[in-house]
Amino acid sequence: MTHFHTARRTAAGLVRALSLAAGLLAAVSSAALAVDTTPGPDSDKQFLPIASFRVGPYAGAGVQIWAGRIDYYRYLNEVEGGINGVKIVWQECETEWTAEKGIECYERFKHGLNGAPVAVYLPNGAPAAYALTDRAAEDKLALITLAYGRTEATDGRVFPYIFPVMLTFYSEASVFINYVAQREGGLDKLKGKKIATVYHDSAYGRETLEPLALLAKTYGFENIQIPVPDPGNEQSSQWRQVREAKPDWVFLRTWGVSTPVAIKTAARFGVPVDHIVGDVWASSEEDVLPAGEAAKGYLALTPYPGGTGFDIHQRLKKYIVDTGKSDLRDTSKFGSVYYNSGLVDAVITTEVVRTAQQKFGNRPITGEEGQWALEHLRLDNARLKENGFYGLVQQVQLTPADHEGGGAARVQQWDGTKWTPVSDWVQADRALLRPLIDAKSDAYAKEKGITPRDLGAEQ
Amino acid sequence: MSQTLSNPPLVSRGVAPVTRLAPVALPGPRLGLGLPALLLLAFGVVPQLGGEYWLGAILVPFLILSLAGLGLNLLTGYAGQTSLGSGGFMAVGAFATFGFVVHGGLPLPLAIFLAGLVTAGAGLVFGLPSDRIKGFYLMVSSLAAQFFFEWLFQKFPWFYNYGSSGTITLPRLELFGFDIGSAQGRYYVTLSTVVLLTWIAVSLTRSQIGRNWMAVRDMDTAAAVIGIPVYRSKVVAFAVSSFYLGIAGALWAFLYLGSASVQSFGISRSFQVLFIIIIGGMGSIAGNFIGAAFISLLPLAIDHIAQGFFAGHVDAGLLQNIQKAIFGLLIIGFLIKEPDGLARLLRTLGERLSNWPLRF
Repeated sequence: MTHFHTARRTAAGLVRALSLAAGLLAAVSSAALAVDTTPGPDSDKQFLPIASFRVGPYAGAGVQIWAGRIDYYRYLNEVEGGINGVKIVWQECETEWTAEKGIECYERFKHGLNGAPVAVYLPNGAPAAYALTDRAAEDKLALITLAYGRTEATDGRVFPYIFPVMLTFYSEASVFINYVAQREGGLDKLKGKKIATVYHDSAYGRETLEPLALLAKTYGFENIQIPVPDPGNEQSSQWRQVREAKPDWVFLRTWGVSTPVAIKTAARFGVPVDHIVGDVWASSEEDVLPAGEAAKGYLALTPYPGGTGFDIHQRLKKYIVDTGKSDLRDTSKFGSVYYNSGLVDAVITTEVVRTAQQKFGNRPITGEEGQWALEHLRLDNARLKENGFYGLVQQVQLTPADHEGGGAARVQQWDGTKWTPVSDWVQADRALLRPLIDAKSDAYAKEKGITPRDLGAEQ
Repeated sequence: MSQTLSNPPLVSRGVAPVTRLAPVALPGPRLGLGLPALLLLAFGVVPQLGGEYWLGAILVPFLILSLAGLGLNLLTGYAGQTSLGSGGFMAVGAFATFGFVVHGGLPLPLAIFLAGLVTAGAGLVFGLPSDRIKGFYLMVSSLAAQFFFEWLFQKFPWFYNYGSSGTITLPRLELFGFDIGSAQGRYYVTLSTVVLLTWIAVSLTRSQIGRNWMAVRDMDTAAAVIGIPVYRSKVVAFAVSSFYLGIAGALWAFLYLGSASVQSFGISRSFQVLFIIIIGGMGSIAGNFIGAAFISLLPLAIDHIAQGFFAGHVDAGLLQNIQKAIFGLLIIGFLIKEPDGLARLLRTLGERLSNWPLRF
């Protein structure tokens, strides 16, 4: 502490001189270049990093997601010889579902692993996904935010490197309303209905405020929004509000520990559980098991239904689970919703690599090539039957303008022991919501000073 | 308060005579070359050696957390006022910077500086109860600040410019026309800010204001008796501390994270900053840097070691939890060894080394 005293003048001088130098240096080094892969012995392999969370309040979901991903990668490596002969390598990094650790993991991984390049990056957490938006664009490395994250990233003109593949929160809101309409007997029957949304008060939870407001205006239902502060382990006041409002349907947009608490508290206040529809992140076994009896009859929409009845599960059971190679410590979780979501995450990453290989050759794929492949990703039923994911994954087709490419979910019901699908794929009304999304992305582009890509000129 | 009881001519003549006549002379400067060498290392050598990962993902957050620690240390370590509102004040800094840039169209440095002043104002308001409440009770009232700001910046969309997700993010980072978006640019800006503010903090703690703070901390009744304006000193400490926290919050949001929401400045951030000063050392400037290094760098080091040696052999979830346990044990161990923090531990070690080999 004392040595600062003498060096005061020197320090001030140094600061002045060096900040000038800093400015110059920074200006020189600012030209944006795609991120390089650090050379290493594994340059013939494909690196697919896993930004995991195995500690913290969301760990219960996490362990199954990572097991799903690792099991599928392991299956591809050991049974199918990798992706067209290119072996997959992976490594985990703990994010604790926070932005700052998520950034650290991204920075740790973006230069590859022992020479194996990164094709795409999954931040696996909304705070990290938001924080990485600019960095990923700078590094030309595509981020996949499957069923979460910034909805306006659907607009590839403004967000070339963000891919909310399959289902955005806007589409999710629309799927919910369309499902309610199905149950009520048509969209015209929504008029005058009361629909409450209980949401986790975070970036994730707030994302459906606007689409639901638009849908309420379009169809004439009463839109009640009730926030639950993070982490949501006490929700009496929220459900008292719900009970007072007496809604016809409740949309539950919680996540982690806040979901079972919500279901139990709803039961305590006499809100009928079979008229509560959970969203993507409130649709797993972990969300209902802790709620016990109260969860019987609970509905939830999901882009990756639970169960082991899909072709891929037979393959995984034969080669990975029964041979003791599964990453699951508790193999009764095999086929759980979260495990299946991990499989879906995994298959999207490997299908991106395959798509890129069709254009660039059967070799490891870099970030820039991964981004091209994502914008041209097409999974039709023929391909899904081939890779074993038919029924578990909806058909998707992405384009440079549309980074979602799907927009459907199925509704499943909890019977106390397992999930049973009670609807087919319910499609969102994406055309209705698209102007809202475009307005958002234009506002974002204006705020950030981004010139949207001219997609016509790129063709 | 009771100014007349003290020695009026001495006080009214200002700082210099007091310093000269102070019964305890401040220790003279040691390590004359240590600081310039450290600065040269930080400004000249590190950016050349450290890659993007080191600069952008490790050193920038480390420096910003040190600055936040410094802010809280001025309040808690020097003025003796406890606070759990650090995260809330950091949020004020971040959201005010965003507001000045987006709504006001101001350039970034000016926006950050003004945001610091806004946060200082907020700190002053929440420092007002310190006249009547002390210790743990004051800590609870500062907790109110934390929850109030979290609520405020979520409740009113104006603060995040009506974005769909409640997150704030700035256009391309520019400083006097230079792009500072690269890891190096962000590192230099953060480092310069932290060095400048640390220098000001050192000067402050050695000035009349800082001495008043320490007098209040050590015994506020005695301080009042010798004529120190106790209440004013406390409120000024809240304002200055919040100014530092506000700047740290702005840097955290825009130079480190790139985009932030209220969750980035939750109660766990307040605890993190508090742990930094407890582990580093209360009432020590260097302690903030040591504490921040301990809190932010050590878990990473443990993780890298664990990944290097055990990944694939030990269940990944178990490995993560063991790391947490080891980190916790290290904290307990160090605090048992030296309750006054790591800064003190290092100083004792230095003194013993200087007498080596006679006494070690």
